[in-house]
Amino acid sequence: MKKSEMQTVTVPAYDFSGMTEPDAETMRAQAVLSSLKAQVKNLNFYYGGTVQALKNINLDLTEKRVTALIGASGCGKSTLLRCFNRMHDLYPNNRYEGELLIHPDNINILGKNVDPIEVRMRISMVFQKPNPFPKSIYENVAYGLRVRDIKRRAVLDDKVEEALRDAALWDEVKDRLQDLAFNLSGGQQQRLCIARALATDPEILLFDEPTSALDPIATASIEELITELKQKVTIFIVTHNMQQAARVSDYTAFMHLGELVEFGDTSTVFTNPAKKQTEDYITGRYG
Amino acid sequence: MKPEISTHISRQYNEELEEIRSRVLHMGGMVEQQVQLALDALVRGDAELGASVSTNDYLVNQMEVGIDEECNLIIARRQPAASDLRLVMAVIKTITDLERIGDEADKIGRMAVRLAGEERPKNNYQEIQFLGNHVQRMVHDALDAFARLDTDMALSVAREDRKVDQEYEGVMRQLITFMMEDPRTISRVLNVIWAARALERIGDHARNICEYVIYLVKGKDVRHISLEQVEKELKADGGK
Repeated sequence: MKKSEMQTVTVPAYDFSGMTEPDAETMRAQAVLSSLKAQVKNLNFYYGGTVQALKNINLDLTEKRVTALIGASGCGKSTLLRCFNRMHDLYPNNRYEGELLIHPDNINILGKNVDPIEVRMRISMVFQKPNPFPKSIYENVAYGLRVRDIKRRAVLDDKVEEALRDAALWDEVKDRLQDLAFNLSGGQQQRLCIARALATDPEILLFDEPTSALDPIATASIEELITELKQKVTIFIVTHNMQQAARVSDYTAFMHLGELVEFGDTSTVFTNPAKKQTEDYITGRYG
Repeated sequence: MKPEISTHISRQYNEELEEIRSRVLHMGGMVEQQVQLALDALVRGDAELGASVSTNDYLVNQMEVGIDEECNLIIARRQPAASDLRLVMAVIKTITDLERIGDEADKIGRMAVRLAGEERPKNNYQEIQFLGNHVQRMVHDALDAFARLDTDMALSVAREDRKVDQEYEGVMRQLITFMMEDPRTISRVLNVIWAARALERIGDHARNICEYVIYLVKGKDVRHISLEQVEKELKADGGK
């Protein structure tokens, strides 16, 4: 036994009187209102008009935060992600029901009168496998800008550099911008795709398993990049790698068979999930 | 939602978790025995038995190191999440407290050695025996709560800790009275006080273990809050 345990210790009194209890509920409500970037409301989605892939999804994306979407193959993660940039429009008979609102302008991007091209300018996507265009590094990044009819060389140069810097690729490619994009390594190609997605100054960046085709080092650099990027954009990421979701995201949504089972703070979902289905999935148990 | 260990897709993982869990219980059994023997030695004035408790403390320490290492490996290999993560964390903390209980038993053993050569009091250390039985039951029940993931039991053990604290105060008052009445007993009674203090600390460690059980099962960290608060939290969580 230590002697000190036997002695009485006098702790100087601390004055707590100046502290007021914040009204947690009000503060939370205000924070939520001001920082909401997108809202999925009662979203149903049907492939080919008959197969229901999403069942009444309700989900909020917080501005400048990373939201991860996890779930087993075929649960509808990618389907939900693709709704965000109207990719399903590319095939006939696919049908959306419900709303997908983008804030602050409160536009339902699933609306018939909304131009998918405009949506894709504001909401960019990066895919599982790096898919650069068969063009030069420079032209890959400038592509979205040219679609927007930006032709002035100086503006293009600036934008391309900015996007490549944001994608942490500039230092590696600044001396070879006219090289073919395919000459880059897999990790570099993926970062090039991120630069291409960033060039149009999107508000939301969608990632569909962005690192599943990359080695651990390239994966780490993409994860680092995601953490950097959230200072500028809202990020929505689908991943099969649960540790990745736990590492990079602020919020996590778990989907199962087309339904959203649980949505909450990543720290809670990975230490003490509310639903048994979530627990079974993230701990590798039989569902 | 009680954590289930043996339902992972990986059977190997099930076995690894089951292994650390059963090793904690094994270690717990060892510690319980150490406390029992130390107490016996003290009450019966058996110096040899007291010394053997001190010598065997290294076995408890070895178990702690071994389980710790196994937990490290599980974290490195499996990156446990949710209830698995809580299990590993609870195990790491539980074995620290068990090891400390072992240290306290060692202390009581050493006191038993010193007291064996001294004059025996008329009541034959009955008050220490009572206090000892009480904390032994607490340790036993805490381990039982851990084995069954039983939060109700964990809570009732935590409640017992208060009673043990009161009993300890009573013992202290009694021993102080002895010393005041007959100052010649001071050196002997001081040793008894160390033993009583060790028993009281064992009660605290048992309570800690119960807090880890509640964390493991409910995912709520109930350290450093009052019992009433703990009960309220668990009640609010009743549906889960």
